Amino acid sequence: MLLKANRLRELALGPVLMLLGLASAGAAAAGDKVNQVNMAPGATEIGQSIYDLHMLIFWICVIIGALVFGVMFYSIYYHRKSRGVTPSTFHESTKVEIAWTVVPFLILIGMAVPATSTLLEIYDFDDAEMDVLITGYQWKWKYEYLDENGENVSFFSNLRTPQGEIYNTADKGEHYLLEVDEPLVIPVDTKVRFLVTANDVIHSWWVPELAVKKDAIPGFINETWTRASTEGIYRGQCAELCGKDHGFMPVVVNVVSKDEYAGWLETKKAEAAEIRDLMAQTFTLDELMTRGKAVYERNCLACHGANGEGGVGTAIAGSAVAMGDVSGHLEIGINGVPGSAMQAFGGQINDVEMAAVITYQRNAFGNNMGDMVQPIDVYNHKKG
Amino acid sequence: MTTQSSTEYEKYYVPEKSKLAVCATIGLISSTFGAANVMNDMTFGDGATTGSWGIFWFGLFFFSATLFGWFRMAIKENLAGMNSAQLKKSYVLGMFWFIFSEVMFFLAFFGALFYVRTLVGPWLAGEGEGGRMNHLLWEGFNYQWPMPLTPQEAVGGVANQPVANMGTFQSYEQSMAFGEAAAWYLWLPMWNTIVLLSSSFTVHVAHMGLLDGNKRKFNIWLGITVALGMLFVALQALEYYEAYAHFGLTLNSGIYGSTFFMLTGFHGFHVIMGMTMLLIQWLRSVRGGHFTADDHFGFEASSWYWHFVDVVWVFLFLFVYIL
Amino acid sequence: MGDHHHGPAKGLSRWLFTTNHKDIGTMYLWFSFSMFILGGAFAMIIRAELFQPGMQLVEPAFFNQMTTLHGLVMVFGAIMPSFVGLANWMIPMMIGAPDMALPRMNNWSFWILPPAFLILAGTLFMEGGAPNFGWTFYAPLSTTYAPPSVTYFIFSIHVLGLSSIMGSINIIATVMNMRAPGMTYMKMPLFVWTWLITAFLLVAVMPVLAGAVTMMLMDIHFGTSFFSAAGGGDPVLFQHIFWFFGHPEVYIIILPAFGVVSQIIPTFARKPLFGYDSMVYATAAIAFLSFIVWAHHMYTVGMPVAGELFFMYATMLIAVPTGVKVFNWVTTMWRGAMTFETPMLFCMGFLVLFTIGGFTGLMLSIAPADFQYHDSYFVVAHFHYVMVAGAVFSMSAAVYYWLPKWCGRMYNETMGKTHFWISFIGFNITFFPQHFVGLAGMPRRIPDYALQFADFNMMSSIGAFIYGASQILFLYNVIATIVAGKPTSEAKTWEGAEGLEWTVATPAPYHTFETPPQVR
Ligand code: HEA
Ligand code: HEA
Ligand code: HEC
Ligand code: CUA
Ligand SMILES: [Cu+2]
Repeated sequence: MLLKANRLRELALGPVLMLLGLASAGAAAAGDKVNQVNMAPGATEIGQSIYDLHMLIFWICVIIGALVFGVMFYSIYYHRKSRGVTPSTFHESTKVEIAWTVVPFLILIGMAVPATSTLLEIYDFDDAEMDVLITGYQWKWKYEYLDENGENVSFFSNLRTPQGEIYNTADKGEHYLLEVDEPLVIPVDTKVRFLVTANDVIHSWWVPELAVKKDAIPGFINETWTRASTEGIYRGQCAELCGKDHGFMPVVVNVVSKDEYAGWLETKKAEAAEIRDLMAQTFTLDELMTRGKAVYERNCLACHGANGEGGVGTAIAGSAVAMGDVSGHLEIGINGVPGSAMQAFGGQINDVEMAAVITYQRNAFGNNMGDMVQPIDVYNHKKG
Repeated sequence: MTTQSSTEYEKYYVPEKSKLAVCATIGLISSTFGAANVMNDMTFGDGATTGSWGIFWFGLFFFSATLFGWFRMAIKENLAGMNSAQLKKSYVLGMFWFIFSEVMFFLAFFGALFYVRTLVGPWLAGEGEGGRMNHLLWEGFNYQWPMPLTPQEAVGGVANQPVANMGTFQSYEQSMAFGEAAAWYLWLPMWNTIVLLSSSFTVHVAHMGLLDGNKRKFNIWLGITVALGMLFVALQALEYYEAYAHFGLTLNSGIYGSTFFMLTGFHGFHVIMGMTMLLIQWLRSVRGGHFTADDHFGFEASSWYWHFVDVVWVFLFLFVYIL
Repeated sequence: MGDHHHGPAKGLSRWLFTTNHKDIGTMYLWFSFSMFILGGAFAMIIRAELFQPGMQLVEPAFFNQMTTLHGLVMVFGAIMPSFVGLANWMIPMMIGAPDMALPRMNNWSFWILPPAFLILAGTLFMEGGAPNFGWTFYAPLSTTYAPPSVTYFIFSIHVLGLSSIMGSINIIATVMNMRAPGMTYMKMPLFVWTWLITAFLLVAVMPVLAGAVTMMLMDIHFGTSFFSAAGGGDPVLFQHIFWFFGHPEVYIIILPAFGVVSQIIPTFARKPLFGYDSMVYATAAIAFLSFIVWAHHMYTVGMPVAGELFFMYATMLIAVPTGVKVFNWVTTMWRGAMTFETPMLFCMGFLVLFTIGGFTGLMLSIAPADFQYHDSYFVVAHFHYVMVAGAVFSMSAAVYYWLPKWCGRMYNETMGKTHFWISFIGFNITFFPQHFVGLAGMPRRIPDYALQFADFNMMSSIGAFIYGASQILFLYNVIATIVAGKPTSEAKTWEGAEGLEWTVATPAPYHTFETPPQVR
């Protein structure tokens, strides 16, 4: 029923937009969202109320606009000098003036009422069934499941679109810029509370179809929530300018059935256990280099360049740090350089990854130090 | 609304040409540019301040010299009788709205203080609607004002974020707040208040003297006012010395230190400006014999400024020291 | 001294040392136009990069610098000085004053602008690049994470603020003190009224902006923690202070535009403004409300719900006085005898497009809906409707309207009308589709976007080039008029025009109203 009503409104919207001078441009082949012209009600009840509110105000504005412009165009046409009219001299009419102050005021009240109730609903954070802590980093998201069942599950979610697609050396995929290596997974029909914060600058976590946008403020935790009623993959982006790669910081949320969610959680926990095992291992140089290359490309390349030539960050090739004392190198990798873009990666990648990437930096790009860092070294360095 | 007679208009003096604006621009721009250079050398550079200070001092000197010349010229024009009543009113309006803009400038800092004290502090400690979950980030942080421990210190880390406080300002007992002073007569801010309030009074007495045509009275009381202004600045310097040397309260001491020094600092700066203005008026009166009972705008403007500075202090005293 | 009767000095010194309100007004106008071109050039780079998905022309870091400088230059360099220039030219003539109240300071207010913008633009060549944190410069991106050039940015904002404050004080003093006998407040032309109120806004909020950048400066260089939670401060504090300035700022931009439109529509409708008094009160009401709505830019920062509600209601209220203005303009046209010369065309373009922009503003003010609109291209569309079609259109109207009075030559009407129609069409092609991509989820300030937004972005870019090109026509028309336009010496260029400025000779003599006119 609801759907049908929306469809109708959508249809009615079409001509209005046409009237306003829109020519629909040719549709490309990528998905149903191409040339979408209106807000999507999305997959939540709140989304639906916001959408309804949006359409309500939209139509009120269209009607007022039609009246105002109607009068204006009428008088442009009929009260032209070229039609030989003589101007009248009337002005000031208290009655009219009171009317056009009071009527808009009443209309505003009519809008404020549904707006208030929707807002209060959005601000009802209670009775959440699970919590996810979302932390914005330059330029990726970290998700941590806070609820008892989810303990220990936390991961980063990075842009997956290859550089080639961005720099036009490869064809762009369907979800260009809206794809990540690891999406957030949440169960359907569940009130999920998001605790949103940031590690460096302000970001904003936005998924239009889940009707959630909340700023991630460093040092503060904001609350928001969603309850998705349909399974599916929902895509969004960081919505607050956060530096160079603000445009490359997508959010992808995978809403799955409750069973599937439970299964996913199990695998994640198993993975975590596996990493714990790996931590205890000793690797060969080759193993470290292979892993390290992957880590480098995911985490460091954006600033230090594909060949360690530098960019936002300093050059790694020939760097005094990378070719110096191991502990100095580890220190920067783990704790970063305060006050610069070089973050503390110690809390972002695990010890295996850290060991691998440091080893990689010491041996790639012609640095050829020949030494290795094992996970245990990283662990010890963190311990101090 | 008073309407002017049209004879007054004929006398409205529109200077034909003037180099003042261009000179003032050169001075202002050089000094700000120089200041920016100095700061960047300090924070981002290797510490070598190649020529930056030079640009800054050149600009500042040039600027001050131009302003000096500017005011001198305005004064001369007035003495030469070129200023109609209407022009004088323009000056009055100019000064009034300038002071209004200064009020708004201070409002920004008072607003920040208010916001931080009543909202942010509790939020950081996990209280109130804006911070229900913040304890996850700043576990162990308890909000107090003055803030003895910043959130970062409370969680024991200086590693990841630029340093705040550095652990020096810790003793809440030694803060500048009244309750903590060893004895009331040792409480500097109170003396400061007394000094500044009485200076507002003395400048008023001087004004009354001038209105009576009693130049002697005027000179004496204005002199006293300037002296009181100097005393205030000296006491304030002592206060800063104590803050740094004994209380460990510095610009780095987290938000308490930030708001404390910004508010008192800008106030102090305005006191120095106001005092200089009054001093110049005093010199004009004593050395140049300027001012009559019905023509003394330079003095009046300076005294308004002085009252403004005084009112700001009253608020400062209330919100920074007492509450 | 004493001798006011000869004309302007010759050569460069005329402009450097002048104290004449017309000279200063002219300098402001040319300066702002050059800034419009600079800001427009930045916009063209933005639109060219966004022409297609993928990174083509510039790097993301540079793109952010373009966005930032575009916003800053347009707002502080193009729009504000252009209206100050107009105020300088017109206010003394409209109220029958010999000049501005404080002429030397007037010159100074102007002359500190060019070097301040030189420094701002110079940051492009500094290490680490120009400011890249948006024209709203939210901390900590603009403090801890900013490039070193931020220090120069801060100081140039200080200087711009100083210029605006002095300019406004001058305008207030002029209007309050220099009106000709009989020119009571309620007889002042509306342009003077809107500027008086704008000047109050400026004197009230520019110092607050100065406070905000000063706190940034302290955080960056002197270790304070205003905007850092670690030290007990709050990044959101920055936003509160910024928007306490920033929201009144947008009305600073639009109120003089309202004034211009209120002068021009009655002229070409040949009928007095419908409700003069209510226009004045509405302007004052808008100014008042503008101080208590700032947090509508911050609905998503996580304010307590009571705050959201307060700011939502207050913001919605602004529609009422603004509506009063719109209704007044329309009823002024009603049963007039209209002709449609270029200034009138721009005013009607203004009326339609500004109202649309106002409607989207009203939509944005609805907090729950703004959760979806915020920081999307819907917002970009909104503010270009009010600022480009609002402020820039009305500025174009003003130039065409008063140009004959300024230089004693008539512009080319056909070219003017062509300029209008290309602008109008180009503008809508540029910014209308931005509503769509915004609603569909495209964030602002991104150098690259998902494929679903490709078509509308291309359209928008094409429109931007058209709109931009139409400005060349404008520039050409203005210069051609000044250099070789048809001379006119009629005091009253427009049949229906009212006001003191139309009683003086054309072109307006270097000094007007050395003896004040008597206003009945
Ligand atoms: C000239 C500048 C200008 C003007 C005049 C306005 C006018 C308005 N603006 Fe706009 N605004 C900006 C410039 C301007 N704005 C800018 C630059 C930004 C973005 C800043 C940034 O983030 O970079 C912005 C952003 C912005 C936001 C924040 C959006 C976001 O970031 O999420 C909001 C939210 O409330 C808003 C609201 C309004 C409202 C309610 C008005 C009202 O004044 C509009 C009132 C007018 C009307 C409503 C139309 C006429 C009225 C009638 C015909 C009467 C009857 C009507 C009804 C009863 C409906 N604006
Ligand atoms: C009054 C202010 C004003 C004005 C007039 C404009 C004018 C224009 N703006 Fe601007 N804009 C802002 C204020 C303004 N803008 C602000 C405040 C922001 C937000 C910044 C931020 O996010 O921080 C913004 C952001 C903004 C964006 C979003 C950027 C982003 O989010 O990354 C875009 C994108 O399309 C844009 C486009 C344009 C265009 C095409 C014009 C055109 O109207 C410009 C037309 C003018 C010219 C082109 C110059 C004159 C012509 C010539 C010199 C001839 C040569 C030209 C050609 C050959 C084509 N603007
Ligand atoms: C957001 C950008 C960014 C990312 C991502 C980044 N770095 Fe850096 N890095 C920097 C910057 C900036 C510097 C220079 C810091 C300074 O000294 O001011 C730096 C410096 C370094 C240095 C010191 C080099 C020298 O010669 O001084 C090392 C080592 C380093 N980074 C390692 C890494 C590793 C390992 C990763 C990934 C796991 C990484 N960086 C990811 C920005 C980044
Ligand atoms: Cu993160 Cu934008
Ligand atoms: Cu606003």
